[in-house]
Amino acid sequence: MSSSPMRPQSGPVPHASTPLSHPFWQGCQSGELRYQRCAGCNLANFPPTEHCRQCLSAELRWERGGGLGEIYSWTVVHRPVTAVFEPPYAPAIVTLDEGYQMLTNVVGVAPDDLAVGMRVEVQFHAVGPDVTLPYFMRSP
Amino acid sequence: MRTERPAQRTAAIVGVHNTRQGRRLDGETSRGLALKAIHGALEDAGLSLHDVDGISAGELSTTLIYDLRLGPAWQGMAFGVGMITEAATAIEHGMADVVVLVAAQAGEYRDHDATAPWTRPENEFVAPWGMFTAAEFALIARRHMHVYGTTREQLSVVAATIRNNGSQNPQAVYYQRGPFAPEDITASRPIADPFHLLDCATTSEGGCALVVANVDKVEVSGQPIFVLGSGADFHGPSYQHPPAWDLLGRRGDHANGVVGRHAAERAFAHAGLRRDDIDVLELYDPFSFEIIRQLEAFGFCGEGEGGPFVADGHITIDGSHPITTDGGTMSFSHAGSNPQMMQRAIRAVEQLRGRAGNLQVPDAHVAFCSNGGAGALFTTVLILGDEPR
Repeated sequence: MSSSPMRPQSGPVPHASTPLSHPFWQGCQSGELRYQRCAGCNLANFPPTEHCRQCLSAELRWERGGGLGEIYSWTVVHRPVTAVFEPPYAPAIVTLDEGYQMLTNVVGVAPDDLAVGMRVEVQFHAVGPDVTLPYFMRSP
Repeated sequence: MRTERPAQRTAAIVGVHNTRQGRRLDGETSRGLALKAIHGALEDAGLSLHDVDGISAGELSTTLIYDLRLGPAWQGMAFGVGMITEAATAIEHGMADVVVLVAAQAGEYRDHDATAPWTRPENEFVAPWGMFTAAEFALIARRHMHVYGTTREQLSVVAATIRNNGSQNPQAVYYQRGPFAPEDITASRPIADPFHLLDCATTSEGGCALVVANVDKVEVSGQPIFVLGSGADFHGPSYQHPPAWDLLGRRGDHANGVVGRHAAERAFAHAGLRRDDIDVLELYDPFSFEIIRQLEAFGFCGEGEGGPFVADGHITIDGSHPITTDGGTMSFSHAGSNPQMMQRAIRAVEQLRGRAGNLQVPDAHVAFCSNGGAGALFTTVLILGDEPR
């Protein structure tokens, strides 16, 4: 079991968005991993906020990221949070090359092969009619 | 010019009570358990409802003031061990004389298809990834294992130690469920790597209460236990951002991985105490690894040395640093988002009063309590003593 690659969720997972985060989720629908970049201090700001977390400037601009990064930490869940999720799945913190971190699930990798430092790239999967999630897979 | 006068401690914990705790308490309600807990704690203090002029029950504070006809009364809004510091502060500022702190839960988690409701995040950047508390804390544990070489076996030593305490505690949900060897922990089913079932808190039902009173003004029968120091470290809201070990604020010190260190430094400085003055450590144990992290963060051992430290036998009842002596959230009880946090302080009071039965730490005069953990981006601490000092 732990040697077969993990897959994205197939069912409708819990999802929400706000006016602030709408550009991010729209980006996922069109195959772009977007994040905010501060025009004042150049910070990569994620998740989105109204003001930059470093200099508090309101001049935050959405940019398209390269979708590349590395695994900072990972886990493999065998007891799902709700019956909606099919285990095993691998929540991970990925450090993007642009310099911010995000939560995701790693797919296409067997649980035994997961490692801190593994290079990964974004892979979008539709998990419902209106929701596309940015999963990550091993970078070739 | 102000006249210097010695700090005076007038507030003390004078009553504590745990209701019955159980995996499932049929026929009980959250409110019913809360009332039982309040009565029990007041009885322990030798006080009655007529004496109460303050309630601390989180968002239920005003409701309880109305329904128990306690108004006008001071209301607390803190949670966990912070409730005790807040109440003591209110009393020492002359805002109240007898404050009851209460939390209870029954019947709110019966559908075990999902993890407990208080463990599930709702944030849009967290929920789609199937996160819950075990996964949040696993991400912290995995990072520590990567950086410091902490082992699966060391996690098992922590869980076995705490569960063996609970196994000998007649009030624990898992009384007589033991003894456990470290191998038993590792052999239980996997939940969120590196955590197995027995590395994790249980879920249960139960209630508890404490009474904090002005011992200069109020006649009490319960032995007073004093708040000597407190601290509160928060890095942000729980379960809404990646639980990164290296998360830093703009001051650039005290990363989230050592959350609680700054709080502990504050608490020890305020109390005028050192780490080796602590006789018993009532540490919050949501997951086995969190104990290793806290021992490092609070300075009871060196950075990255928590794993070998627990494996060397320091944390058992007869060790140099006895931890979580009632069995904690793993074995004693975990009845919601708050009761089990307050229960760290209740257990400390029992230890300092010499009432911990066969799990009594000999000559316990000063206790260190904690709540929270790095997976939740906060840690709060409380130092209690049997003398005002």
